[in-house]
Amino acid sequence: MGVIGPNGAGKTTLLSILAGTVKPDEGQVSSPNGDVGWVPQQAALYRRLTVEENLLLFARLEKRAEPRKAVEEMLALTGLAERRGDVVARLSGGNQQRINIAIGLLGQPVTLLLDEPSVGLDPRQRARLWEFVSGLADGGTTVIFSTHDIQEAERYGQRLLVLADGEGLFDGSAGELREAVRGETPEAAGSDFETAFVAFLHHRGH
Amino acid sequence: MRWLLLKDLQILRRSPLQLVLLIAYPVLIALLIGFAISREPGNPRVAFLNEVPPGARVATGSGARLPAVGVHDRVCRQVECVDVSSRAVAEEKVRDGDVLAALILPADLIDRLNSLGTLDPETPRVDVIVNEEDPLKARVVDDRIDALLARANLFIAKQIASEGGRYLSLVVDGGDFSVLGTKVEILGLRATASTLESLRPAVPAAMRPALDRVIRFATLARDNLDVAAPLIDRLAQPIEVEKQSVSAPTPPLDVFAVAVAATLTLTFVTLLLVAGSLALEREENTFPRLTGGLVSRSALLGEKVGLGMAVGLIVTLLMLAGVELFVGLDWSRFGLWLVAILAGAAGLGAAGAALGAAARDVRSVSLLAFMVSLPVALLSLVPSGAVGATLYDVIRAIAAVFPFKPALQAMTAALDSAGPGIGGPLLHLAILIVAYLAIARLALRRFASV
Repeated sequence: MGVIGPNGAGKTTLLSILAGTVKPDEGQVSSPNGDVGWVPQQAALYRRLTVEENLLLFARLEKRAEPRKAVEEMLALTGLAERRGDVVARLSGGNQQRINIAIGLLGQPVTLLLDEPSVGLDPRQRARLWEFVSGLADGGTTVIFSTHDIQEAERYGQRLLVLADGEGLFDGSAGELREAVRGETPEAAGSDFETAFVAFLHHRGH
Repeated sequence: MRWLLLKDLQILRRSPLQLVLLIAYPVLIALLIGFAISREPGNPRVAFLNEVPPGARVATGSGARLPAVGVHDRVCRQVECVDVSSRAVAEEKVRDGDVLAALILPADLIDRLNSLGTLDPETPRVDVIVNEEDPLKARVVDDRIDALLARANLFIAKQIASEGGRYLSLVVDGGDFSVLGTKVEILGLRATASTLESLRPAVPAAMRPALDRVIRFATLARDNLDVAAPLIDRLAQPIEVEKQSVSAPTPPLDVFAVAVAATLTLTFVTLLLVAGSLALEREENTFPRLTGGLVSRSALLGEKVGLGMAVGLIVTLLMLAGVELFVGLDWSRFGLWLVAILAGAAGLGAAGAALGAAARDVRSVSLLAFMVSLPVALLSLVPSGAVGATLYDVIRAIAAVFPFKPALQAMTAALDSAGPGIGGPLLHLAILIVAYLAIARLALRRFASV
């Protein structure tokens, strides 16, 4: 599920509430059976520790029965086994983000929350990241991610949620969003999807 | 919590500069303090020129002369003398900063001293050349000169009083007295009275009243001069100090200096480490991830304070072991040392947690910790009476809300049995620990939301 919307829409706030790190002013969250893994926008890991030390620390904090085995699994999943002894600060932004996500997965969550995971990555790193995330989703993990990038959301999100100024504007598939955009902004029908989406937001008063 | 502690120690190990500072700092402090308190206070270097002719002596009222020898030795016991050959050389040495001052005994010093016993007294003087290039140095020089002068005056007064006392004894008790090489026998008042008493029966009755008056005079003079002798002795130093302390006995100065050094070390290590490692969680963006279900905020605070206590304990013990090379410490009180260090570290760690929770990143929290702890620590050392009453009340209030002073008091009490007990400072620290942890807990709410 992709959560999209302009800056200040409330994407990060929504994910933080779902993760339980921020309390909602009102309303309630129904948690799924099982853990929710949260991957904040900025990599939340210790840059002076190695890849392995970071994973081992969080595996222990997640109270995994066999923390070292969990670390091996994550190293295999991220493809960073050969760089296990590298201090995180020396890794590229893309690799740091992979470790960041792997830490979110250590609790074996049924739902993984990714807050703008591709920000700051070059196209190649981005492609590798989404390949990794898609693999998780294919493996049965529910992935909820936020992004500014409409095309990224359309491409990887099976379901999209559009937010603006804290208001939910749309909830449906990418195809349904295209139809809604075309229906509400016929004048933008000839434009690319991103331009049409902006016109859609404008039409909805945002 | 132990995994977080292990993680923080791993991070510390990966920061060689920080680690070196943590170890080097206390070692340096220990060496400096050790050298400072294990050596005699350094005497100032003073150029010394004695222009008094050899053989000149100070005459006393009895006609005897004080030994002039030892003037050089006596002066040079108080200062490190640099003997010079002339006033020009003395002046040059002072100007160049080779010596703090130059002391010159003029050629007429003894004559002037001797004139004090005549009808035409002249004030004896010594010449001092100084280079008061800054106010502090000027103050030091003035204090040293005053002290030297006071000692010299006291010495001379005592010698004169002693001579006077001997002369008085001669008048009272009689004895031999040498004048210009000729021995003179002095009868003395005591013998005079008894001689006259024994002659009285042989004196005609008409002359006895007059003889009785002489006998009474000799007896009265003997008795009163007997009393005068100790009075003359007291004149040399009429006032003595009898010190009475309204506070509990204090530990020796060297022990207090060690306590100050240990507490300063503990303050910087613990405060900076706890504040810095808490701010690091924010800088690394790991705080929300940790407190999002992995550990509670209270547990995280506890881990940070525990880290500070563990490292503070090790570093402070290292420092004390270093100081032990210079100053003998009472290792039988080791248990109390541990209590004082751990309690002090807990208080300082709690304050560090409050600072760390309030700051945005490691650099700003380090600066903040220095800006807060250094002046407060210095203010905590200001003794009562050194400043005005109102200002001291303000200083005392500031010192009371920061853990340095109770940590210092606990450390002092742990190192030495003299002085107040350790209970009060420990209670004070306990109150501050609770207060600072509550502040840190509140600040962490903001920490999470920003």
